[in-house]
Amino acid sequence: MTTTTATTENATDTAEQPSEARAAGGDHQLHLLREMLRVRRFEERCGELYKEEKIRGFLHLYIGEEAVATGVLQALGPEDAVVATYREHGHALVRGVSARAIMAEMYGKQEGCSGGRGGSMHLFDAATRFYGGNAIVAGGLPLAIGVALADKLQHRARVTACFFGDGAVAEGEFHETLNLAALWQLPVLFCCENNLYAMGTAIERAQSETHVALKAAAYRIPSWDVDGMDVEAVESAAHRAAAAVRAGEGPHFLELRTYRFRAHSLFDPELYREKEEVERWKQRDPIATYTATLRQRGVLDDAQLAAMEDEVLREVDDAVAFAEAGAWEPVETLTRYVYSEPKTDPGAAP
Amino acid sequence: MAPGDRRGATFASEFRMPSLGADMQAGTVVNWLVKPGDHVTHGDVVAEVETEKGVFEVEISSDGVVDELAVGKGAKVPVGTVLARLRRDGVTTPPATGGAGTIETPVAAPTAAPPAPPAAPAAPAAPAAPAGAAPAHIVRASPLARKIAEAKGVDLANVTGTGPGGAITKADVERASSAPSAQRVETTAAPPVAPPVAPPIAAPTSEPMLAMRHAVAAAVSRSKREIPHYYLGTDISLGAAMGWLAAQNQARAIADRILPAALLLKSVALALRKYPALNGFWTDDAHHPAEAIHVGVAISLRAGGLIAPAIHDADQLSLGDLMRALSDLVRRTRAGGLRSSEMTDATITVSNLGDEGAASVFGVIYPPQLALVGFGKINERPWAEGGMLGVRPVVTATLAADHRATDGHYGSRFLAEIDRLLQTPESL
Amino acid sequence: MTTYREAVREAIRASMIADDRVFLMGEDVGRYGGCYAVSRGLLEEFGPERIRDTPLSESAFVGAGIGAAINGMRPIVEIMTVNFSLLALDQIVNTAAALLHMSGGQFNVPLVIRMATGAGRQVAAQHSHSLEGWYAHVPGLKVIAPATIEDARGMLPTALADPDPVIIFEHAALYNVEGALSSSAGAVSIDRAAVRRAGTDVTLITFGGTLGRTLVAAEQLGNAGVSAEVLDLRTLRPLDTNAILDSVRKTHRAVVVDEEWRSGSLSAEISARIMEGAFYELDAPVARVCGAEVPIPYARHLEQAALPQPAAIVEAVRAVVGR
Repeated sequence: MTTTTATTENATDTAEQPSEARAAGGDHQLHLLREMLRVRRFEERCGELYKEEKIRGFLHLYIGEEAVATGVLQALGPEDAVVATYREHGHALVRGVSARAIMAEMYGKQEGCSGGRGGSMHLFDAATRFYGGNAIVAGGLPLAIGVALADKLQHRARVTACFFGDGAVAEGEFHETLNLAALWQLPVLFCCENNLYAMGTAIERAQSETHVALKAAAYRIPSWDVDGMDVEAVESAAHRAAAAVRAGEGPHFLELRTYRFRAHSLFDPELYREKEEVERWKQRDPIATYTATLRQRGVLDDAQLAAMEDEVLREVDDAVAFAEAGAWEPVETLTRYVYSEPKTDPGAAP
Repeated sequence: MAPGDRRGATFASEFRMPSLGADMQAGTVVNWLVKPGDHVTHGDVVAEVETEKGVFEVEISSDGVVDELAVGKGAKVPVGTVLARLRRDGVTTPPATGGAGTIETPVAAPTAAPPAPPAAPAAPAAPAAPAGAAPAHIVRASPLARKIAEAKGVDLANVTGTGPGGAITKADVERASSAPSAQRVETTAAPPVAPPVAPPIAAPTSEPMLAMRHAVAAAVSRSKREIPHYYLGTDISLGAAMGWLAAQNQARAIADRILPAALLLKSVALALRKYPALNGFWTDDAHHPAEAIHVGVAISLRAGGLIAPAIHDADQLSLGDLMRALSDLVRRTRAGGLRSSEMTDATITVSNLGDEGAASVFGVIYPPQLALVGFGKINERPWAEGGMLGVRPVVTATLAADHRATDGHYGSRFLAEIDRLLQTPESL
Repeated sequence: MTTYREAVREAIRASMIADDRVFLMGEDVGRYGGCYAVSRGLLEEFGPERIRDTPLSESAFVGAGIGAAINGMRPIVEIMTVNFSLLALDQIVNTAAALLHMSGGQFNVPLVIRMATGAGRQVAAQHSHSLEGWYAHVPGLKVIAPATIEDARGMLPTALADPDPVIIFEHAALYNVEGALSSSAGAVSIDRAAVRRAGTDVTLITFGGTLGRTLVAAEQLGNAGVSAEVLDLRTLRPLDTNAILDSVRKTHRAVVVDEEWRSGSLSAEISARIMEGAFYELDAPVARVCGAEVPIPYARHLEQAALPQPAAIVEAVRAVVGR
């Protein structure tokens, strides 16, 4: 299998669609925009809250990369699984973890999706099969193939989407995992979010071969390069790849070219890249460009956009209010969740 | 079970201002020698306290760790006031090699290459001098052994250890508690070692001397008021004793020479063994003879005033040791470095006027003691013996005793015993 | 009569027969039959899906074990030896041990990891570690050390039934040990220590591969009039502190025998717990007989000198007992 570059050529060409399909497509397109906007506004608010010391520790914002999570997760169903990194707030939101639960987790409150125990880097949600949230670069890859292995052994046609960055490519676990996934033909959709920097190290300084998809191809995994700033391109590629995985064709790999507009984390003074480069990429802001595209298609007008922004803002405000009102777990229960607790209700799901 | 649930060695959580004399009302802490966090063992000198009588080193009777100092330097507080608080910290045993005063947990136990085997219990090893030259008053005993010793009332100082590094084990304590006579034998073989001595402190100024006069006045008034004294006296020939002493001293270095005072003190101490009713106290309307014989030595202070610190277990000291103890006591009394136990432990007092004194002294008993023995100046007198007239060195020994506890007949026999002992000086 | 190896094999077999979710994964467990021949014959019996050979990718296949465990399987991951487990330490400590906690109780990890451990076969410094203490240090893991054939047979099923990650240390020197095993032998506890020999003068505390030598020492001591109680810890995390203290309260003396390097080993933890819980019962300091502080040497006499031997155990006891 060779690499191919996915562009919008395979996406629905709206200019040639019949109007009903366009309307249906229009709803979906608005949905895509709304999802990206939810992530954007949520992340912006997190940045502000961090500066107000409501959120502590490390905070890694997804601003600029929204198209990736939004696009890929359209290709997954509720029975599929998601494994992500410490820059996973957007993935969790799009996956269906409530903004309230995520924000409460950021605050460290009991009502958080991880009970306040995980924080920004360890969002988990069993209901949406969201397996974290991992602070070890490449640490989630072996976990992902394990989840996939279990599905395969139990003959379930499911996909495990595994997100990681270009930094993970340097870790041994990346290579071990891809090799094993291909060897055992495990149903994993590997999504490398290549934002060109591993914290402060540009990919040219870390990789002898910077074309990540080529590396995956070397493990005999079908791999695509994808324009990660184009949500429809991402979605289209993800649908194709996920369908193949689900059909039992083994692991597939997407290298999603994207860029983060903010620093690695809130602690980062960004000494390693030029402002000019950031500005250049901002011209390709996935939300700005998609908004323009939708306007151009006649799918979106000012009123709709305003309403959407309003709705998103309310959701974020509501989440913050929820988190503010949340409770701190009592210190007395500090040593819970080290080992499993006996189930008090035998009928409860394990 | 939490640490501290079981008691180890002696422990008292409060250290109070001790009474250092019959009429001490209050004392001033002039110096603390420990600080919070320091480990202490009973017998450690922890503070210097000034009273009308001068400055004393005060020993603590508890083991533990100093938690807080409740009274600061310069504060004058009544006897009984809490001076410091202690907390338990188990009992730490001294290192195998440690200087005086270092307290550490024991060195790690054996690995594949084990250490030397423990000391054999063949000869009664002095517990005051373990293999590692640890300070004498720290006894290496296992926590279990201490617990049992306390429950059985066994004094660890009298127990030989057969455990690792010569430590006292449960078995050692049990053996000791079932063979009490063996303990006494061991004790005589091991003379007590004096605790560290503080540097001398300047002699008291006139204002404290006035206070001392008042204290003496109070004490003697009380004595005369409360104690029905009776008095006896006898002349004792010291010919044999002085001759023997001269011969002894020829073989000794000048610094080690024994003075007659030591003979006199020893004779009193030994005589008390035969006549124990004179050794002890009258308190609470009852006679309380003491087990040990601690002879208080009346010492005059250069600036005026009198003090009578004790030589502990005087009956068990060799003459040489007694002499050393006496010299040391006199020096420290005059320099101001006495310890509280020396002030409180005397079970009888001896007043030896010495060379500049009168021929005889009829003293005032130091309450609540039962007796005071006096010795006048040793001078040459005509002496009749076996029908022959000669000249001998003679001393007049007197006894002032509490008539509630003993009578004249008993007291006479006591003086006769002193006489008898002094005629056979080699027995002293 | 059976061997420790056969007991482990039977444990794996019986567990796989009883539960379809159980499968074995590790290097050379299939075609090769297992580095220590533990899984010989299992590939033929259960097939390559359930007896999975992995590439030399400790991190990936241990992590895969974690992922499989959280998604409905009951994997047994075999890491060839504790020496190689270091490559998977990130997955074990940062994911397996922490997942339940980080997720606020949502995802438990019912994973069993088996590793060979220990020295004594002249395989030198990189193949002879005893690092049980490192794993026993981590909250979220359970760590056990079957030292007898009965435990080799019975601890694995209990570990598989545990909802949390269990690490089983099999001392490589035990595989050939022969003994009787009841035909009805089944699951045993993994949270209790066991008194292997009752005694009154001293408690010898040990685990895993050193149990045998400790029992030999106890026998010698018995002949010399010292009654030694031998306590096999069986579980290293959690430690059965009650059993340790009960025994020490009875004998008043303890000697810990631990093949690990002395510094920062489990013997140090045990010694601390005895001091904390039974200080006033001690008639002597707690002694330790441990591995010498040296990477394990190749030459036989040096290697043997570096490991706890019955003679050293006897010496240590005599020093503590005083006779």
